[in-house]
Amino acid sequence: MSLEFEKPILDLESKIRDMRTYGEEQGIDLTSEIGVLESRLESLKQETFASLTRWQRVQVARAPGRPTGLDYVNAVFEGFEELHGDRTLGDDPAVVTGLAKLAGRSVVVIAQQKGRDTKENIHRNFGMSHPSGYRKAMRMFDLADKFGLPVVALIDTPGAYPGIAAEEQGQAWVIAASIQRMSRLRVPAVSVVIGEGGSGGALAIGVANRVLILENATYSVISPESCAAILWRDASQAERAAEALKLTARDLQTLEIVDRVLDEPVGGAHRDPEATMRQVGDALREELDALAPLDATELVRQRRSRFRRLGRFTELEAAASEVPDTRLD
Amino acid sequence: MALERWFRRGRPTRVDDDATPAGLWMKCSACNVQIYRKDLVSNLHVCPECGHHYRMPVDERIASLMDEGTFDRWSGALAPEDPLEFVDTEAYPDRMARVQGKQGRPDAIVTGEGRMHGEPVAMFVMDFFFAGGSMGSVVGEEIARAAERAADRGLPLVGLAASGGARMQEGALSLMQMAKTTTALESLNDLGLPYISVLTDPTTGGVTASFATLGDLVVAEPKALICFAGPRVIQQTIKQELPEGFQRAEFLLKKGMLDDVIERKDLKRKLVRYIRLLLDRPIELEREDAHVAGV
Ligand SMILES: [Zn+2]
Repeated sequence: MSLEFEKPILDLESKIRDMRTYGEEQGIDLTSEIGVLESRLESLKQETFASLTRWQRVQVARAPGRPTGLDYVNAVFEGFEELHGDRTLGDDPAVVTGLAKLAGRSVVVIAQQKGRDTKENIHRNFGMSHPSGYRKAMRMFDLADKFGLPVVALIDTPGAYPGIAAEEQGQAWVIAASIQRMSRLRVPAVSVVIGEGGSGGALAIGVANRVLILENATYSVISPESCAAILWRDASQAERAAEALKLTARDLQTLEIVDRVLDEPVGGAHRDPEATMRQVGDALREELDALAPLDATELVRQRRSRFRRLGRFTELEAAASEVPDTRLD
Repeated sequence: MALERWFRRGRPTRVDDDATPAGLWMKCSACNVQIYRKDLVSNLHVCPECGHHYRMPVDERIASLMDEGTFDRWSGALAPEDPLEFVDTEAYPDRMARVQGKQGRPDAIVTGEGRMHGEPVAMFVMDFFFAGGSMGSVVGEEIARAAERAADRGLPLVGLAASGGARMQEGALSLMQMAKTTTALESLNDLGLPYISVLTDPTTGGVTASFATLGDLVVAEPKALICFAGPRVIQQTIKQELPEGFQRAEFLLKKGMLDDVIERKDLKRKLVRYIRLLLDRPIELEREDAHVAGV
């Protein structure tokens, strides 16, 4: 499977493969011809990925083959032990939680999990949690606090699931509670947006001391499709909505919503999962090292103030402010 | 920018509100009975025939809860910016200027302090008639400041939510207001001060999924729509009929999500009782009842 704008790259790649096979079969040395094509391929990749539109990045963030939560859990961490269940409603497969080692220290891992194929996607509900998933995450926060273990949260969800049971079980209530519970963690917490950061369902595990995001990941108040459906009453205007929402890693860095953007290999994370996961692993080790000296009080204070200051508004002068709210006086 | 435009427009021109249809008489949307509009307004925007609770304008809401002449407004000194340079069918600053002119305030919220049956309280009231009560940076900041100022003054906080959710035009900054308001409420939690959240019709999306459901007590008005995802979104996702009364206050009370559903005429008295009970103070039942009877 490939993304629309990747076609010229993939065509060129297959041409190089064909030429190599042909050369081997015929016993002809095509090294210099292949070399020319390979350097053309490299510059084509560079050009394409240097100028991705926001909508194209949305495609990359959702691309099949992009490493998922469990891929990171297996590649970046050691000795992962999955822990199941929220002790109230069940076990939500859209969130994977457990204990693992990272650079020698035990950590609590919470990963939103999309499927890597159709079957798994159905099992994982496409990474869309029910209240049970957030309750499970909160249980992990309790565990982390009791044993003084850092929390690593990997964000990758289109959003919290909009369904009947989810609403009846208090989807809004558990997201709010998870935001609050995470903000109170007395241990270091690092969140990484590895794919889609879908609204409140993502923020529920995003109230960390440090929030990282991969270069082609997105983080948004609403999906471009839903935004377009509301604003233009036309979901096919999603491309316009993606531009308007400023949902890319660099946009979010400008708005000070994320602390650090992690580069992806040229061609996107799905073209080189190993290199991407190495990059994330290195960053996590650095971030946890940097947070390690902070005590519980300082960690809570830092996290609260990090989120307390987010937002853009104008302070009006006192005199002027008397005017606008006339109806109450 | 938005503010300059606002001043150019001057004072709000509309005397009317959107809560109830204009005209001397109106047909109640719930019971179809012709009612005299003035009767509806004097009955706290509750249908005198069937008890249907209409959406209530912010200033009337505050007047209905605060003792006369005691409300001191805190909000109004913050105006929205346009950090995303967002344009949909209209540029965001133009949209804001229009709504600011209509509603007579810089954004979708009023905060302040006053007395309820003599009890000093801080309060925020969201304005659903201002861009659907959507939460952007200003709404988030006003709520955060109200919580912190209440904590500074040792006041309980009462919040009235009414919102379509986070404001799309401020993108992920709106989303972050969910975390900001949540962390600011910690200043009350640190001091053991009550925060009581009243959910009114409608309370949805990122507002429900943050400060609105984090009250020590969470109550709602009758039939109020309260949800994370709206009924239309759910219907599109699951493609089946929704249960009767789904996501309405009474339904959520049964599901265990609310402390109680309270009629508007009882709200002031109940809120004061909650605060006094939580803080282990005398509840002075008779004095309150005398007050209510005199209204
Ligand atoms: Zn009626």
